[in-house]
Amino acid sequence: MKILVCISKAPDTTAKIAFTDGNTKFDENGVQFIVNPYDEWYALVRGLELKEANGGTVTVLNVGGAENDPIIRKALAIGADDAVRIDAAATDALSVAKQISNYAKDKGFDLIFLGKETIDYNGSQVGGMVAELMNLPYVSLATKIDVSGDVATVERDIEGGVEVVEVTGALVLSAAKGMAEARIPNMRGIMAARTKPLAVEAGTDVTAVTSIKNFELPPAKSACKLVAADNVEELVSLLHNEAKAI
Amino acid sequence: MSILIYADSSNGKLTKNAFEAANYGAQLAQQTGSSATALVTGTVSGIEELGKYGISKVLHASDATLDSFDPQKITHVIAEAAKSIGADTIIFSHDYSGKSVAPRLAAKLDAGLVSGAIALPNTDGGFVVKKAVFSGKAFAFVEVNSATKIVSVLPNSIEKKIGEGSAAIEAFAVEIPTTNLKVKEVRKESTELSLTEADIVVSAGRGLKGPENWGMIEELAHELGAATACSRPVADIGWRPHHEHVGQTGFAIRPNLYIAIGISGAIQHLAGVNGSKVIVVINTDAEAPFFKAADYGIVGDAFEVVPKLIEAVKKLKAQQ
Ligand SMILES: Cc1cc2nc3c(=O)[nH]c(=O)nc-3n(C[C@H](O)[C@H](O)[C@H](O)COP(=O)(O)OP(=O)(O)OC[C@H]3O[C@@H](n4cnc5c(N)ncnc54)[C@H](O)[C@@H]3O)c2cc1C
Repeated sequence: MKILVCISKAPDTTAKIAFTDGNTKFDENGVQFIVNPYDEWYALVRGLELKEANGGTVTVLNVGGAENDPIIRKALAIGADDAVRIDAAATDALSVAKQISNYAKDKGFDLIFLGKETIDYNGSQVGGMVAELMNLPYVSLATKIDVSGDVATVERDIEGGVEVVEVTGALVLSAAKGMAEARIPNMRGIMAARTKPLAVEAGTDVTAVTSIKNFELPPAKSACKLVAADNVEELVSLLHNEAKAI
Repeated sequence: MSILIYADSSNGKLTKNAFEAANYGAQLAQQTGSSATALVTGTVSGIEELGKYGISKVLHASDATLDSFDPQKITHVIAEAAKSIGADTIIFSHDYSGKSVAPRLAAKLDAGLVSGAIALPNTDGGFVVKKAVFSGKAFAFVEVNSATKIVSVLPNSIEKKIGEGSAAIEAFAVEIPTTNLKVKEVRKESTELSLTEADIVVSAGRGLKGPENWGMIEELAHELGAATACSRPVADIGWRPHHEHVGQTGFAIRPNLYIAIGISGAIQHLAGVNGSKVIVVINTDAEAPFFKAADYGIVGDAFEVVPKLIEAVKKLKAQQ
């Protein structure tokens, strides 16, 4: 079984969010970067579990510059066999999806996994785009996948429930919580990751169709109105009369 | 400019999110002096209701093979519908269905997609859409430069404008491709209110000490007609089901009212709830970070405050 896991780089969940250049650029100053949690915790780990159960390989892929190598090594330390970095700027979702599909289309991957969204731009776009570009089925926000022969049984979140689908042949999936338990790389994994292959491939010529003009921070929240613990009725009256929320 | 809205359905009825997306499309049509057409797929009743949300024409691809949700098929049907009316702007809800179809359609049409829009596009000499980024810690204004533009609307983020009228329904015949995907089963989580659609959410964290103490949380939620949620550690240790986990790595929700009980308000938790219109925090620790994000708060013990809150809500309801 040949598995491809697409990973992206994201600011640490505690990173201070600030902007520079007249609010047009994310301020990376002092920001720690991590593997996007959905890609690492769910997509990558489930890929590794399926490989461990069925044999095969797990390749991780990232679109970006050499500054992304540390997060790629982290994925190798967790257990991926090899890695590919498409050396191109990740300008927008469609251009990243085109880079991925241009690379993957003739490699014969059985499963292509991604996280359900990145925690920076929260797009939830790349997986569906890759699937369309490769003419493959796409299961979004999947919480479970089991594979038997060439049939995969996948569960995905839907409004107020779960849908179970069966896919024959190759597929693209975006992974959500429930898919797997996060793994922490051990010392042996970290050592091994240093020598695992990380191929750098030139990107193809693609153009972005969206661009961020500028950012804005939310307005500061006005101070919290405190109500005494022995005066709960006051809270209910505020919520009813002032906030009109109940 | 011509606008097409994909109006999704569930159990043969249009969803709340579908009406919201339709209304967004209708408001955009009014802003730009263009027309808004909705597309409905599968066996669905009550379609004419879309008229109240500003839609005058609906294309209905009623082929029963579209009753089960196959993103590849739906994408094909939407692309055909867009072609037939010459649509250059396509609107979705940024819900589960939208997330599985809108990106496919964007790739198929080589169109820029803004997902999770929270306002109408600014169409003054361009097409710029506001959306939340960094899990709600900031907003981005995204410009779409392609000829065809796709926007998915974050549920519960648009002021609806409801009027009168009934939409004219036109049958839309289209050939449907075969795919390698089969829907085997759809399981709805009982009749509980769906967390992401609920107007009020009552949420609790590790401060509740153990799963046996959730009775009062459920009772409060019941009295308020609210859905229940929880912090991540609570779901991780199995006190509550995973589908209640909200935050940066769980569900992102934006109810009118979010009541957080015994939750510290870690940055990752706030990231999933900071779009709520009104936040109430109940916590023993006056220094808990959640109070900085709250509109109303009680510094106090949940085991004393929540039962009183239930009584006070009952009393209010009895008066109404
Ligand atoms: C990468 C990453 C992603 C994460 N994603 C998420 C996420 O999506 N969602 C999420 O929730 N967390 C997430 N977390 C975890 C987050 O950092 C916090 O650890 C978590 O939110 C804390 O949960 P809590 O508030 O229930 O527990 P605690 O932090 O233990 O807080 C319990 C609170 O209860 C109060 N309390 C105690 N007793 C009482 C009482 N009797 N009455 C009233 N109050 C009481 C305490 O004062 C305290 O404030 C993430 C962490 C990381 C590193």
